[in-house]
Amino acid sequence: MADTKELITTLAKKHGVERKSLLPILQGIVEKENFLSKDSMLEVAKVLDISAAEVYGTASFFSFLDTKERGQYVVRVCKSMTCDMKGKEEILATIESVLKIKIGETTQDKKFSLLETNCLGLCDEGPAMLINDDYFVKLTPEKIREIFGRYIRNEI
Amino acid sequence: MTNKPKKVDIIFSPYSVAPYKILKDTMKRTKEEIIAELISSGLRGRGGAGFPTGMKWKFAAEQKSSVKYVICNADEGEPGTFKDRKLLVEVPRKVISGMAICAWVTGATEGFIYLRREYKYLVNELQKEIDLFKVHSKEVGLNFNLQIFLGAGAYVCGEETALLESMEGKRGEPRNKPPYPIQDGFLGKPTVVNNVETFASASMVCRIGATEYKKFGTADQRGSKLFSISGDSPKEGVFELELGMSVEAFAAEFGDGDTKAVQVGGVAGFCVPRKDFAKAIIGDGNTTGGSTMIFNSSRSMYKVLHNYLDFYAEESCGQCTPCRIGCQQLLKGIEAVKKGEKPAEYLDQLLKLSESMRLTSKCGLGQSVTNSFSSIVTNFREEMIY
Ligand code: SF4
Repeated sequence: MADTKELITTLAKKHGVERKSLLPILQGIVEKENFLSKDSMLEVAKVLDISAAEVYGTASFFSFLDTKERGQYVVRVCKSMTCDMKGKEEILATIESVLKIKIGETTQDKKFSLLETNCLGLCDEGPAMLINDDYFVKLTPEKIREIFGRYIRNEI
Repeated sequence: MTNKPKKVDIIFSPYSVAPYKILKDTMKRTKEEIIAELISSGLRGRGGAGFPTGMKWKFAAEQKSSVKYVICNADEGEPGTFKDRKLLVEVPRKVISGMAICAWVTGATEGFIYLRREYKYLVNELQKEIDLFKVHSKEVGLNFNLQIFLGAGAYVCGEETALLESMEGKRGEPRNKPPYPIQDGFLGKPTVVNNVETFASASMVCRIGATEYKKFGTADQRGSKLFSISGDSPKEGVFELELGMSVEAFAAEFGDGDTKAVQVGGVAGFCVPRKDFAKAIIGDGNTTGGSTMIFNSSRSMYKVLHNYLDFYAEESCGQCTPCRIGCQQLLKGIEAVKKGEKPAEYLDQLLKLSESMRLTSKCGLGQSVTNSFSSIVTNFREEMIY
């Protein structure tokens, strides 16, 4: 918690303490801690002098501001129509079997979380996914095994 | 008779000039001239709503305020569209020049590129481009402080007032209009919000002139238009084409020979079935976001519609009841018909519901659900039932 407090103080210095600083501050926390804990949201509310409900209400609106605990790497597989047509289901099934988790879950070592997401804007190269901020396109089960192999062996 | 879609080469045309030359040249002319040129070009907003760009800039220029904003809407969330990403990667200078020219003619001193969170990997390169712009804008004496604002993942934030709400640190819920952002935008100040392609097109009008620009397109929709093409097509990608082509010509050029339906204008647009290919003209009454998804005979249109509705139900901001509840009911409704829990006639009630959503929803999201819903349910009714 001490770390979180420090992080929020730094972010508030960088972005300011006005209401319009809320999104950049919340994004800064997610970048470091992978999600927004109850404590971090309470602290942000205090620093910006707004109600905690406002902070939670805003955070929960946006899909990249996770309020549930996430792993170090958040995997977001695109579920839009064209990615679906190109074999999204098979890709998901492969990831589930490689990581041994289902959609919405996090691996026990807290390394990966698996989510589905709406359009990633990579429709001409589907199926596509993001792992944190990096994108991967034209996925095949073989590619999936290779990509996650590299992450698991800490080569990325 | 199927004419080939006419390819245009304006936005992506390579030309070797010093960076920000369009901006420098434009600033040698008067602001009134530029606005008149834009109005005469017939350029309309490229995000989908289609408001005349020159008029928007003119209204913004007329606002009396010491602080004004220019925002580039790069929250491209429409399933099937990726043209803005391509613009920001390949011709960012044309986009930034458009923003800078807008700032100059309207008197804005602050600007943002509102980049969707899904495109965070573009930030570094884009920032380098902004830094370069800063050097050049100083040279010409333009006072315009441009920065990137990163979104946080919400389709509805592509709606300009929802975008502003999110920039102000709130839930991205669309505001009532009027007042329009042009009067009362970011932090209550006059704000021009335009799509990425609109800014790029505006700088092209400044470069080639209105007369040349309006040679392209239809009476209603001048100039070139970028299309994001995906689905059952051997030519997926972004293409710069002239508006006014028939879906038949489009499918002949981009389809795989077995095209059964073309979704024009993304999930918010219309699904055109094979029998209507010849009479449907892209850009004539159709929405023009530029997303076109192609489906061949192997696709289940029930699955397509289900996917769209699932998307809508998740992305509705929840502010108004017809949209919040309507999206969920449409989804449950088609599932019930498919399972045989409801008779086929139930589809007609769902059509009525989607029509009331169009009439009573507050923003374009809820209002446009009926476009894809009714075009798929009416044209592929059999597939919804069996
Ligand atoms: S129509 Fe839907 S997205 Fe738009 S304001 Fe209403 S609930 Fe929100």
